Amino acid sequence: MGKAWTFGENMNTDEIIPGRFNITIDPLELAKNVFCEVKPDYAARVKPGDVVVGGQNFGCGSSREHAPVAIKGSQAKCVIAASYARIFFRNAINIGLPILECSAAAADITEGDEIEVDLVTGKIHNLTNGHVYQARPLPAFVIKIAEAGGIVNFLKNHDVQELMA
Amino acid sequence: MGTLVEEILSRKVGREVQAGEIVLVDVDTIMSHDNTTPLAIKAFREIGKPIFDKNKIVIHFDHAYPAPNLLAAEAQKKGLDFMKEQGISQFYHQGVCHQVMIEEGFIIPGAIVIGADSHSNTYGALGAFGAGFGSTEIGVAWVTGKCWFSVPPTIRIELSGTTQPGVFAKDVMIFIAGKLGMDGGTYRSIEFGGDYIDRLPVHERIVLSNMSTEIGAKCGLIAADATTLAYLAAETRAQGSYEPIHPVNPQYEKIIAIDVSTIEPQVACHPDVDNAKALREVEGLAIDEVYIGTCTNARYEDLEIVAGILQGKTVHPHTRVIVTPASTKIYKKAMQNGLIEILMDAGCTVTGTGCGACIGRHGGVLAPGERALTTMNRNFIGRMGSPLSEIYLASPASAAAAALTGKITDPRPYLA
Repeated sequence: MGKAWTFGENMNTDEIIPGRFNITIDPLELAKNVFCEVKPDYAARVKPGDVVVGGQNFGCGSSREHAPVAIKGSQAKCVIAASYARIFFRNAINIGLPILECSAAAADITEGDEIEVDLVTGKIHNLTNGHVYQARPLPAFVIKIAEAGGIVNFLKNHDVQELMA
Repeated sequence: MGTLVEEILSRKVGREVQAGEIVLVDVDTIMSHDNTTPLAIKAFREIGKPIFDKNKIVIHFDHAYPAPNLLAAEAQKKGLDFMKEQGISQFYHQGVCHQVMIEEGFIIPGAIVIGADSHSNTYGALGAFGAGFGSTEIGVAWVTGKCWFSVPPTIRIELSGTTQPGVFAKDVMIFIAGKLGMDGGTYRSIEFGGDYIDRLPVHERIVLSNMSTEIGAKCGLIAADATTLAYLAAETRAQGSYEPIHPVNPQYEKIIAIDVSTIEPQVACHPDVDNAKALREVEGLAIDEVYIGTCTNARYEDLEIVAGILQGKTVHPHTRVIVTPASTKIYKKAMQNGLIEILMDAGCTVTGTGCGACIGRHGGVLAPGERALTTMNRNFIGRMGSPLSEIYLASPASAAAAALTGKITDPRPYLA
């Protein structure tokens, strides 16, 4: 269970983490400035298990991997958005940040709602208003990558075939 | 059963796959270039496992080759050392990576080719699945020989009719970008078809697939046909067995029908590819540099059109006209057939092959306040140099007309 942090449509990678902070790829360092321009209190107040909620085309803009790494470094449990930009979607999965696509949840959840997410079933429960939303469940391989901390880490200890096994 | 992308991926996976599914696929070829190989090496080292099959790996030097500065030289040395260490022999520096990939026969119908370059969509023109990825994923694929894909939904673009004289695939594609917008194809497979495509030669089909990237598409596919097979046999080193793959009872997310006979010459205006206008609306705009090059429009037929317009004439004295053939093979053919001499006599600067000017690395960098008309695919702010410069995109014919007058000019009166 965690608190919802809501963001608008077309959140681009510069709004997630401005380019000037991309001198490091350390997740905890990046997390210190994540969303600093659009939601300055996020970095200081986010708690492990909180949920980032966005609208359409979340993560558009550059192909930088820093954006999902910064969100992951902030200890947010996952991102829920109506849709994702293609490269952000891939980068998020490959660096091990769970992302759910659900326009009903994206439209209904408001800042501060208490949210419970089951990544395996894709069920999103809004404990504040009692609504339940169904996202497409995350494929098992995405959860394996997330648990390993990203695909590069996964491959250090596993064969690629184990991804889809 | 399915759209072209579903059919191609289904054959590789060995069962019927559908849009929305995520699949792990054996890739046929993994492409990277001088700009993107260093970071792929970093991911590869971090994983710490051997290369899966070095015959799947192809590395090109084209983005800044020969190296114009120390930084590029160091990156290329790193790449070369890596290739020596790993015994990677499929190394090319004979032109723009996507053109050389086609010429060398890596692109055949049904092939799965991933590239650390956003214009890897180009390969769709020959009925192959081609898509662009980040460097980390390329390093991962070196180790695994595989890549995961979310099977994309398909937008079918049905193109009918015959273009007017002076209107080329480039004009059609700029028109499409204007209509769909830069996010009009995000995460989608764009499938180009219709009687216009059936009659379109491969070098023009390539322009459409290449620029499908500019509307956000994951891939831009054209089903292979007799034209494709004849091209592969005559123009490439493609070997082995391959057959055309077609959509079978496809379910499209959307079908967009366009009658190409209504399209007039187009220009994508500063600073977005979807800022498409009829050329006549911007006619007369002064041009400081004309750049004919890149993976979009620097093939032999493009140079032939440009030479046809410039033959016996002289380019405008205040306009820099740069011609960069897409590959050495194209350069040689243009030389043997007298095109290079015509271009040089007209006052063009004909450079070695590669794509340095398109990304502002070398060979045509723009100063603040300068405006270029080019045959490339992208006109983002600052791409060719100064953020205070402007880039306009058009066909080779429109570029040649501007070369003569020093301003945006309707090419039709210049075409015999």
